[in-house]
Amino acid sequence: MRVTVRLFARLRDIAGASELARELAPGATIGDVWRELAGEFPELAGYERSISSAINADYARMDQVIRDGDEIAFLPPVSGG
Amino acid sequence: MTVRLKPDTTGMRRRGRRRWRGASVVSGFSRTSYTETVLSPLSIGSEPLELERIVAALAAGPDAGADGAVVTFLGLVRNHNLGRSVRYLEYEAYEPLALKAFERIAAEIAERWPSARLALHHRTGRLEVGEASVAIATRSPHRGDAYAACRYAIERIKQIAPIWKHEFFEGGEVWIEGATANPDDGVARAQAERIACA
Repeated sequence: MRVTVRLFARLRDIAGASELARELAPGATIGDVWRELAGEFPELAGYERSISSAINADYARMDQVIRDGDEIAFLPPVSGG
Repeated sequence: MTVRLKPDTTGMRRRGRRRWRGASVVSGFSRTSYTETVLSPLSIGSEPLELERIVAALAAGPDAGADGAVVTFLGLVRNHNLGRSVRYLEYEAYEPLALKAFERIAAEIAERWPSARLALHHRTGRLEVGEASVAIATRSPHRGDAYAACRYAIERIKQIAPIWKHEFFEGGEVWIEGATANPDDGVARAQAERIACA
């Protein structure tokens, strides 16, 4: 199945892209996507404990299972205001 | 581009008796002209913020006559941060999720201060020193609730809104990273409430 991954702020800078397409095995979780990305871009690994994640523009936990066509987002610590 | 919510969103609907009922209760206005003339209460986008417009976004509710207080807050781009001379900031946001976070903050305020209503606009893109990045207005029958709800809103934005500051200073640039956003973190929410009621 195919998903879109959105990256923001410094995560986007590290990966060099704000949006990535990824092929995943059925049953994959958000955490699986993150680990694959962290393998690809080692600098991301430092964010393991401080990121938030979202599916289809709703906050979601890393153990949530992904469905085909989902938009996954990884968010570094926020600094709005 | 500015993303705006229609007045009849889920967050607004939770307000019970004081909920936003839209144009049908404003005689002489069709729904279309109502939404065109009154800015929606929650928005994010690159347009400059205008305090008067967000105050107006709260002024048209059916129970507006019962209110005795409006409290407003503007967050400004500061020319210094952690010993650095700031040249300008660039704000980035995950806009659809930011709007949902704003709705959630509005719903939390409706739960904690049932008589208070919230309007909140956040800017994105490049902002110069002195420009406003966020504008908040709260309105309620008595000033205490409006003050508390306003302070609560800015504290919660900093905790859960997916928005980031990219700081450009003399000699470099850095992404500012504050709180790990977790809307279900009750400890963070209680801390925002303590600050609001201090």
